[in-house]
Amino acid sequence: MPMPADATRLLTLRPEGLYCPEGDFHIDPTRPVARALITHGHADHARAGHGAVLASAQTLDIMAIRYGEGFAGTRQVAEGTVTLGGVEVRFHPAGHVLGSCQIEVRAGGVNAVVSGDYSRVPNPACAPFEPVPCDLFVTEATFALPVFHHPPPGEEIARLLASVQAFPERAHLIGAYALGKAQRVIMLLRQAGHDAPIYIHGALQRLCDYHLEQGIPLGDLRPATMDKAEAKALRGAVVIAPPSAFASPWVQRFADPVIAFASGWMQIRARARQRGVELPLVISDHVDWPDLTRTLRELNPGEFWITHGRDDALMRWADLEQRRAKPLHLVGYEDEVE
Amino acid sequence: MKAFADLLERLAFTPGRNAKLALLERFFHEVPDPDRGYALAVLTGGLETGQAKPALLRALVAERVDAELFAMSYDFVGDLAETIALIWPARGPERDVPLTEVVEGLARAGKAEVPGLMARWLDALGPSERLALIKLVTGGLRVGISARLALTGLARIGTVPVEEIGELWAGFTPPYAPLFAWLEGGPRPEITARAPFRPVMLSTPLTEPDLATLDPADFAAEWKWDGIRVQAVAEGGTARLYTRTGEDISAAFPEITAGLRFDGALDGELLVRRGEEVAPFADLQKRLGRKAPGKAMLASHPAALRLYDILIWQGEDLRPLPWSQRRPRLEAAVATLDPARFDASPRLAFADWEALAALRADPPAAVIEGVMLKRLESAYVAGRPRGPWFKWKREPMVVDAVILYAQRGHGKRSGFYSDFTFGLWDGDRLVPVGKAYSGFTDEELGKLDRFVRAHTIDRFGPVRSLKPALVVEVAFEGLNRSPRHKSGVAMRFPRISRIRWDKPAEEADRLTALTDILDGAGA
Repeated sequence: MPMPADATRLLTLRPEGLYCPEGDFHIDPTRPVARALITHGHADHARAGHGAVLASAQTLDIMAIRYGEGFAGTRQVAEGTVTLGGVEVRFHPAGHVLGSCQIEVRAGGVNAVVSGDYSRVPNPACAPFEPVPCDLFVTEATFALPVFHHPPPGEEIARLLASVQAFPERAHLIGAYALGKAQRVIMLLRQAGHDAPIYIHGALQRLCDYHLEQGIPLGDLRPATMDKAEAKALRGAVVIAPPSAFASPWVQRFADPVIAFASGWMQIRARARQRGVELPLVISDHVDWPDLTRTLRELNPGEFWITHGRDDALMRWADLEQRRAKPLHLVGYEDEVE
Repeated sequence: MKAFADLLERLAFTPGRNAKLALLERFFHEVPDPDRGYALAVLTGGLETGQAKPALLRALVAERVDAELFAMSYDFVGDLAETIALIWPARGPERDVPLTEVVEGLARAGKAEVPGLMARWLDALGPSERLALIKLVTGGLRVGISARLALTGLARIGTVPVEEIGELWAGFTPPYAPLFAWLEGGPRPEITARAPFRPVMLSTPLTEPDLATLDPADFAAEWKWDGIRVQAVAEGGTARLYTRTGEDISAAFPEITAGLRFDGALDGELLVRRGEEVAPFADLQKRLGRKAPGKAMLASHPAALRLYDILIWQGEDLRPLPWSQRRPRLEAAVATLDPARFDASPRLAFADWEALAALRADPPAAVIEGVMLKRLESAYVAGRPRGPWFKWKREPMVVDAVILYAQRGHGKRSGFYSDFTFGLWDGDRLVPVGKAYSGFTDEELGKLDRFVRAHTIDRFGPVRSLKPALVVEVAFEGLNRSPRHKSGVAMRFPRISRIRWDKPAEEADRLTALTDILDGAGA
C-alpha cells in the first residue's frame, strides 16, 4: 500500500482553493488564478477571469455560454493524459451535470482524485460517475447526514405526474436550477413517457439549447414567456423555471399553479415549507449518505479530504470506520445551489 | 401505507381547500377497503393512538444508528419523528405494509410486542411511510384538516350529501365498510346511532337596508354570544357534545357531558362561565386546545352551555314546530338542568328596530358579538337558509396600522405578496400586532404586490421586511390579551378594510388604541 503522505503532497490548500504545487495549477478556485482546472460548470466551481482553463469540452462550452467567449485567457480541452509540470492529469466523468468530471492528479506512483460534485444515480442528461481507484480522494459532503436517502428519481417523477393527473386544471411549476437539474427533470419526464410540450422559463433557454446540440433528447420545449391570457392555456402543463423566478412577478401570470421544487433538500419538510412548496420533489445531483459512504468504502483511499458541506458528520463516520480523513472547510462552494 | 403516507404528505403541503378535497376524493376512490376506512378513522380522529412513546422509538433507533450522527441529524431536521423516519437504515427490499395490518396489529399486540412490531414495519417501509407510521402510533399526527373536511372529501365519491353522512356518522365504526358501500350506491345502512348529531341551522348576515323590509313583530331577538356553537345530545343513556360541524367534543368538556341528564337534543353556545360572568373567547380557546383537560383547568375555566333551541325532546322531533312553540319547550327543558352549567339565552324585548339597534350598540357584556333575529314562525331546518334567521353583528372595530412585513400567498395568489403583518406605534417604534390576508380586491392585490417589491428593505427566507410607508385600516371583531404576542394583544378576525395610500405612516394609530379597549372592557 502506498504511503498516504505521498499522495497528500500532490495537493495543498491556498486561499484561492485547492492547489497542486508540482503542476502549478488550482482546481475549481474561487478567485481568479493563472491556471485553473475546472470540474464542472456550476458558477461556484467555474468562475470567469482565470489566465488558462483546462476542462472538459462541455464545461468549456458552458462557461462560454454563461460568461461569454472571453471568460479566460486561454482554454484547453481535457483529453487523455495531460502533463502539467511534474504531474499527469486525467479527467473522468462525475455523473453530476453535463460535462462534469473528476480530476485525477498523478505523480511518483501515487494519485489523488478531486471529485468536484458527483452523483452515483444514473442521469440521462450526462455520463455516469466513473470510480477511479486512488490514494487520496477529495469529496464533497453536501448531503453528508444519514437522514439523506434520496429516493429513486423515477418515483418522484411518478408523484409529479400523478399530481398533474389529479389537478389537470392547474399548471405545475417546477423550480430547478438552470444547469443540470432542469435538464435532468425534463429527461426524467421524457423517460416516464411524458411527451407533451414542456414550457421553460427564459433563463433556461440557452442551456437547454446546448443540451439539445449535445444530443440530449429533451423533446418539445417551448418558452414560458407568454402573457397572462396565453398562460391560461397552460393548465395542466409542466413548466420549469429557476427557483429565483418564484419570487418574481413572472409567477403571477399563472392561475392557481402547483408550486414544485426539485432538490435534494426537499427531503426535509421544514425546507419545503420554508420555500412555500406545495409539491416537494426529492431529486438531487449529489451523492446522498448511502452513496457517499459506499463510494468511500469502494474506493478505499488511504486518506480522504472533505471540501464542503456536512464535514462534521462525515468526520464522525470516518472515525467510526477508522478511516483517515480531513475537513478542508473550503469557502465559496454553495450547497444551497442544488 | 404508501397511498396513505402520500395523502398525508400532500395534505400537509397543500394550502387550498379545494385541492385538499380533490386529494381526499381521489384517495377514497382509489384505495380499497378496509385500508381507506382506517385512513378515514385516522383523519377524523376516531382511532386510538399512543401505543408507542417517542422514548421507545428513540431506543429502537439507538440500537441501529450512532448516537452522535443521530444528534447531528436531529439538530438539522428539527423534528424527532421525521429524523427517525429518515435515518432508519433500510434493510432488504421494501414492502408496503397495509394500514390495516398496522391498526389491527397494534390493537391485538400486548405492550411487550409493540417494539418488535414497530421495528419490523420500519424495516419494511420507505421513509415517508415510516414517518406516517411513527406519527400514527405516537399520536403526534397533525393532519392539518378537520374531521368535517375529511367527510366532505369522502362525500364526493358518491351522491350522498355530507349533511346526511354527518347525521349517521356517529353510528359507524372503523373501518366503515357499510358507509363506503352506501356512498358507492348501496343501500342506506339501517343504523340507529346512539345520540347522533343532527344538522345545524345557521343564520345569514343582516345589513341595515335589510331592516326596512322586515317587520319587527315577526321576529324574536337574542344576544349573539361569542363562544362556539354546539349541539348537546343525550339519548338511550349516551350523552354527546358536538360542534356545529358534527365533531364529537364530549371528552374535552366532561363537566358538560356529565350534566346532559335528559333525553333529547339541544342547540346552544358553549362558553366559559364563572358564576354569572361569561369569560372572553380566549378562555374558551384554552379549553378547546385540550382534548382531556386536567382538574386545575376544569376548576379555573369552567364550561357552561347557553341554550338557543330544542330539536328533539323525549323522542319527539320538535324541529318542524315554529320557533314560538319551541321556545317554551326549551325553557321547560332547561328548568330540569343544573343552572350552574345550563341556562337559556335570554330573549330580548324590543319595540322596533331602533330599540334593537340601541341594544346591539351597547350590549351588557364584552363577549356579545351582536344580536340574532329569529322569525317566530321559523321551523328548525338544516343549513343556512336566507330569511328565517339573521345575525346582526356589532360594527367591527378598526385601527389604522402600518404594514411591516409581507409574505407571498398560495394557489390563486401564487407570486403575489398577499399576507401582511401590520403594526402600531409604541413610542417611536412600530410593534407588530397582527396579520391579515384578506379584505382587498384583485386590483388592490396587484398594487400591494408592487408596493412590497418597491419597498423591501430586508429579506428573511420567504418574508420581506418593508419600509414603514403604507397605512391600512384593519377591521377586527374583538381583542384578547396575549402573552405570546410582543404587543400583548391578539385580534380576532383581522382583515384589511381599506388601504390608506394617502395617509403617512406617522399618522397611524398607537398601540394604546388597543390596550385602552382592553382596559375599558375590564378583560
